[in-house]
Amino acid sequence: MTTLRVAIVDDHAMFRTGVRAEIDGPVDVVAEAEDVDSAVTVIAATQPDVVLLDVHMPGGGGLEVMRRLQARHPGTKFLALSVSDAAEDVIGIIRAGARGYVTKNISGPELLDAIGRVAAGDAVFSPRLAGFVLDAFAGTIEIAQVDEDLDRLTEREREVMRLIARGYAYKEVAKELFISIKTVETHVSSVLRKLQLSSRHELTRWANDRRLI
Amino acid sequence: MSPDPLRDVDGYRRAYRPADRRLVGGVSAGLAEHLGVPVLYVRLAFIVATWVQGIGVLAYLLLWRFLPLRRPDLSPGLESATRRGLRSRTRTGPTEIAQTIALGAVGIGVLLLIQATGRGIGGGLFAPLLVAVVGLAVIWRQFDDVAWERWMRQTRGWAFASRVAAGAALVALAGLYFLGKEGGWGAALNLASALVIALLGIGLILGPWISRLLGDLGEERRERVRSQERADVAAHLHDSVLQTLALLQKNAGDAATVATLARRQERELRAWLYGDDEQAGDSLVGALRAAAADVEDTHRVPVEVIAVGDAPLDPDALALARAAREAMINAAKHAKVDRIDVYAETDGHTADVFVRDRGVGFDLATIAGDRMGVRGSIVDRVERHGGLASIRSSPGEGTEVALSVTLRPRESPSTTATPEPPSTEEEP
Repeated sequence: MTTLRVAIVDDHAMFRTGVRAEIDGPVDVVAEAEDVDSAVTVIAATQPDVVLLDVHMPGGGGLEVMRRLQARHPGTKFLALSVSDAAEDVIGIIRAGARGYVTKNISGPELLDAIGRVAAGDAVFSPRLAGFVLDAFAGTIEIAQVDEDLDRLTEREREVMRLIARGYAYKEVAKELFISIKTVETHVSSVLRKLQLSSRHELTRWANDRRLI
Repeated sequence: MSPDPLRDVDGYRRAYRPADRRLVGGVSAGLAEHLGVPVLYVRLAFIVATWVQGIGVLAYLLLWRFLPLRRPDLSPGLESATRRGLRSRTRTGPTEIAQTIALGAVGIGVLLLIQATGRGIGGGLFAPLLVAVVGLAVIWRQFDDVAWERWMRQTRGWAFASRVAAGAALVALAGLYFLGKEGGWGAALNLASALVIALLGIGLILGPWISRLLGDLGEERRERVRSQERADVAAHLHDSVLQTLALLQKNAGDAATVATLARRQERELRAWLYGDDEQAGDSLVGALRAAAADVEDTHRVPVEVIAVGDAPLDPDALALARAAREAMINAAKHAKVDRIDVYAETDGHTADVFVRDRGVGFDLATIAGDRMGVRGSIVDRVERHGGLASIRSSPGEGTEVALSVTLRPRESPSTTATPEPPSTEEEP
């Protein structure tokens, strides 16, 4: 397997240096950027596999970066890496198309694992994000970007999210529910999809586009 | 969707003159933004309107006076980024300036042509009118400057007194004029015209000041709120972050203390930034967070609390929170871990709390009998309140304490006070 190519987008130089020091080697850090414009430029130029994306940045933040890049570079995956705890920020960036969200106090190995997962097409939910997601689907938090007609989670998906929120790793979730890790990944991905495609209508279109129904 | 920047606090869409990108007064740019048309069309419209008795110029001057100026409203973070040169400012490009000058030249040319054909403003009036308009423009341009703004805004002191005196003098002059030429229709007419001239004079002197005063009220209020916010932020950072940083420098050698201080500061700052301001006495989640903070500080193990939903802290929820706290303390003391996960979920009927560590774990069979901590303060406490507690642990795998109680419905606060129904079998 080839080494993953990663870009780090964050307006704090010290944080970029720290992350680079922790992950460079196992993955290949091909680009760094400190604001929206430079991020769009370097990502378009270097075409990394995964972009570690800060949520709050000068000039529009992570949402703006994704908005400007997604149509042109559908192969690039975004992993939000934020210090923010606000549900609006977190859910907002996931709904805009990020494949996962981890907080900045994540350890190096955990971050590498998350990068690997996102690159493989999976979704990555930190316990905190899982909590926000459950809240959003339960309707107990008010997030402007979450629609009324958010698709409901199945009982199984809910169980998986609860276990992740309780701090279980994927393989522990699999063991707990007597299912395979692959199945856990499938559930997590479908939760992400339901979150990103808000209405039933969009979900149907998504399935149609992929010849699933 | 982001809120419409043109929308006022009270929900009306108002036109503004943008302060950051204007060629002359910003009227065209502001109108173009308000109406959603290219700025070139607006400028063209003003020039064409000028051909009709100079209406364009008059309209421009009036709008210049009455459209409030708006400075770009930036969040503090963006402002600082702008200062550091991380963001590019939007400037009026040279093409636009050249375009406008050309447009103006064509406009003046056509105006002169109309004059020459004799169908414009009445012959002798044209030149004085032009001079007057330019003069007014110069005066009003002056009022736009900050120094004038400050000077004109003073409502007391010599500037105000002199202006009132000037107005009074004009009125008095008009009165004297009338008394001097008393009687007759002509005099009344003269008086009326003198009054009109006097009023116009007062209006010219005070008018800009009044409109500016009204326009600035909102701006000033916003500025005041903003500076108060800034002061609050500075005060908070001083009391919290700076103090912690000073402590960190003093304890730089002690890794455990540094970690604890950093963690505590992070918690405080988060609570402050993201508004987790529920008090420990208010709700289940508040009590759990307080307990977690306490355990973190005492035992120096980070505790991550994740909560979905919340419930008021009635006696049952309180028992749940206390049992959870005991479970956290146990994990911090015995499990030898560097992190404890706490997950709380409330759906309005039941409240569940899970306390999990990935530490050494223990064998339940060997410990359940003699240790009062687990039995008495966790399991029994929850069961006394009609809840369930289960502990799963195995050596090497860590421990998870699962707690659950049924919440009382909120709309019957007096359930505890209702008298027991008389029981028959206990009668002697």
